[in-house]
Amino acid sequence: MTGGVVHVTAADGTRSAVDARFGVRLMPELRAARVGVIGMCGGNAACGTCHVYVDEAWQAAVGAVTEDELDMLDELSSSDTRSRLACRITFRAELDGIELTVAPHD
Amino acid sequence: MTERIVVVGASLAGVHAAEELRAGGFLGQLVLLSAENEIPYDRPPLSKAFLAGGLGETELALRPADAYAALGIELWLGAQAAGLDAASRRVRTADGEVLPFDGLVIATGSRPRWPAGLPRLDGMYTLRTAADARALAADFARSPSVAVLGGGFIGAEVAATARKLGLDVTLLEAAPSLMERGLGRELGDVAVGIHRDNGVDVRCGASVVGATGSGRVDGLLLADGSRVAADVVVVGVGNEPVTDWLADSGLELADGVVCDEFCATAVPGIVAAGDVARWRHPRHGLMRTEHHANAVEQGMAAARTLLGAREPFAPVGYVWSDQYEHKIHTLGFRRPGDEARMLAPGLTGFVRDGRLVAAAGIDARRELMRLRGTIDQGGPCPARTG
Repeated sequence: MTGGVVHVTAADGTRSAVDARFGVRLMPELRAARVGVIGMCGGNAACGTCHVYVDEAWQAAVGAVTEDELDMLDELSSSDTRSRLACRITFRAELDGIELTVAPHD
Repeated sequence: MTERIVVVGASLAGVHAAEELRAGGFLGQLVLLSAENEIPYDRPPLSKAFLAGGLGETELALRPADAYAALGIELWLGAQAAGLDAASRRVRTADGEVLPFDGLVIATGSRPRWPAGLPRLDGMYTLRTAADARALAADFARSPSVAVLGGGFIGAEVAATARKLGLDVTLLEAAPSLMERGLGRELGDVAVGIHRDNGVDVRCGASVVGATGSGRVDGLLLADGSRVAADVVVVGVGNEPVTDWLADSGLELADGVVCDEFCATAVPGIVAAGDVARWRHPRHGLMRTEHHANAVEQGMAAARTLLGAREPFAPVGYVWSDQYEHKIHTLGFRRPGDEARMLAPGLTGFVRDGRLVAAAGIDARRELMRLRGTIDQGGPCPARTG
């Protein structure tokens, strides 16, 4: 199983490099790294607790926001144009080295 | 050294357990047994988008078909576990295969109960599997009148989906309001109003005593002598853990597989997770729960235990449901005697011995989530939040 690195800035500003496997959703990988991603609904875009900001340089690589994800993001006061749910991003080689910031929980 | 781990049950708990075993460094043989004949799928859409026809088969799959082989997981479809000998560490399948194991994850889930005395005629359904959902969707396509028996989460979701499809729906619930076990009476009444506003004939306090029809159902009989006409009946009155295959296993069973706080049974190397597990929650004692997030989390926790971790499984407890445009969420584990306090519009807290132990919200996700830490720590109940 191959993987890469996710550069994460936690909500408190702490930076870390998180190892993540290719082919899996980012949410559980980030949750295991204890950077402030909670992922309470188990990856169903229902709880909004894996909200991250994707660095602008990486947005094209990440791809478009899905519809159920958009519904959830609309509810979050902290969401903006960089917002994604980590449970809706599948990590893959093109995302190796991606820069993310964990959004504050509202 | 552990050589072969068998995971019995390939739904949420089983799949997440298998993945976590690999993530945790297990390099031995890993066999995932599924009683069903299709690749593992997600269940929340079965009562919602998939039932309504708005979600394809591919999107329903939990993982791409090749994801299991990529992780070195042998997915055995159509392999129903029929017996376990815990002492000699062997699982037997209905086809007569015998699988010796070094480690075992029991994740056989739960199955819908059928009310005692209610006949099961054509056109009467429970909703648990993708096959159930396909059959029900096909029947829904014939524009039937629908009666839903049971106003818990699954029944309320099916009623909402049927209305979305334009069907006539009667929702029958024995309790005074809907989803009351999770939401409490006040929000249960709010839910009744939501369903009525959307055109559902909601009948609370209804006691169904029988079904009518010759061969195919044409109605339900109530204790008060009335009859509800229906071409399709969906029954959602609760589930029971799938433990019959464990009857002679030597494991302790008590409405589920009894486990300690690490999801481990009394037999070394055998753990349980998901709907089938009755484990000792560090703060709530021995309990079993049948919800999505728990199956995911507990599958992963049980896998870590099998690999030698000693971390108690102590989830906060989280349930969500989408009905019409409304989002329903609950946190914590509520018991019937807990005192309900309305904290804000659409938000109820449940208090036991002065501590906030659970909360439920309708369209109050943000306010509810703010209570997560308090519920998790059993802190004092806050005053009204809005």
